[in-house]
Amino acid sequence: MLPPLSHEEILRYSRHLLIPEVGIEGQQKLKAASVLVIGTGGLGSPVALYLAAAGIGRIGLVDYDKVDASNLQRQIIHGTDRVGVLKVDSARSRMLDLNPYIQVDTYNEPFTSANAMQIAADYDIIVDGTDNFATRYLSNDLCVLLGKPNVYGSIYRFDGQASVFDARYGPCYRCLFPEPPPPHLVPSCAEGGVFGVLPGVIGAIQATETIKLILGIGSPLIGRLLIYDALHMSFDYVKLKKNPECKICGEHPEVTGLIDYFEFCGVPGIGHEEGAVEKWAEITAAELAERLKSGQPVCLLDVREPHELAISSLPGAVNLPLGQLAGRMSELDPTQEIVIFCKSGIRSARALEILLSAGFRKVRHLKGGINAWASAIDPRMPVY
Amino acid sequence: MPVLRLPTPLRSYVNGQTEVHIDGQTVGEVMHGLVTLFPAMEPHLYNQRGELRPFVNLFIGATNIRDLQGLDTPVAPEETILLIPSIAGG
Repeated sequence: MLPPLSHEEILRYSRHLLIPEVGIEGQQKLKAASVLVIGTGGLGSPVALYLAAAGIGRIGLVDYDKVDASNLQRQIIHGTDRVGVLKVDSARSRMLDLNPYIQVDTYNEPFTSANAMQIAADYDIIVDGTDNFATRYLSNDLCVLLGKPNVYGSIYRFDGQASVFDARYGPCYRCLFPEPPPPHLVPSCAEGGVFGVLPGVIGAIQATETIKLILGIGSPLIGRLLIYDALHMSFDYVKLKKNPECKICGEHPEVTGLIDYFEFCGVPGIGHEEGAVEKWAEITAAELAERLKSGQPVCLLDVREPHELAISSLPGAVNLPLGQLAGRMSELDPTQEIVIFCKSGIRSARALEILLSAGFRKVRHLKGGINAWASAIDPRMPVY
Repeated sequence: MPVLRLPTPLRSYVNGQTEVHIDGQTVGEVMHGLVTLFPAMEPHLYNQRGELRPFVNLFIGATNIRDLQGLDTPVAPEETILLIPSIAGG
């Protein structure tokens, strides 16, 4: 039996009630529904706001981060006065302000193989708004194993993707992407950047699909992948088919329970530093400052993209973007001491690997990147 | 000449172009032409055994070449191949 709507709720949802595809019964279905949103960042922000506004009765939020000033260019559920606050708390308070007639449950913890089943079991639909491959494969496998729809959205710079993966009726995420890319091949939004409005578009599509699934109306994105290019304002759809050889939803599944997704994706786990290298191969900002002061020659190699130099730079540094390093190594003198740096130490760790495997020996990378230099040595320099 | 449309993460390897025109009778020939013209693209598309990486999806129209004849799928001069990568930002 569907829950009744109060007079206040009828007034609040009147524009929904006027649509025959929703009506009173549809709005009651939304009230009876429960949705788990994984991540309260770029995608999670519009998803959570629209689901709250639409009157989804119970919404779960999973995140373990705090609001940072660099989030606010796109994570519109948070605000300037919430910097430093737990993201789930910040999001919950905004959602309840928007709609006090809903319930918002928060999980301030990393979403992992250890807790995912327990958290997700109690929800009808899972919305994947995470920012990493490990949690995306976890979210997919969880939904396949529990028989729940996984409303997928993903973004990078100007590109967006959205789909509904429901292995009961169509393909799953692994059918399209059987394996994750090696970690160094795909930069994260923190390293590569993201157009601020992009998650708004993709997140709104994820919210649309979620609401349609609950109402049972229209044609969901099951078996279709939406490709959005914000730069050229194009929407393309491609057909997705179930892969009979899929390792989790195929004819002979090999994955029958949740696995170690950090290992699967070849990335360090929660709390472990990305871009970590052997101790001897890194130099801290303070050590580099001392080294430069000593006057001995050292080549500073900046592997950031050229447009990042307008934000911050180190005098005398040679700019050779990571993507061009393998082809332009001959420009570097292997007999000279080299210190590589980037924004935060992730790209420089990759550059270090490339140079070491090419036979360079006197090479280290700046731990924490130029941002660490700005924080520790030169406060006039901005952190980005 | 067939057109290959590239996503943002791979455009830096083709001098920022959104799409490239590359001669070829099959998808495999077009892809081979691409990495010949832009060698820095190769590790992003092929593994060390020279096979297309499993997270690289190529579509002609709305259909994945895996559901056609894979890299042997014929491609007409006016057709567009869409390369859909694995992205994870959120």
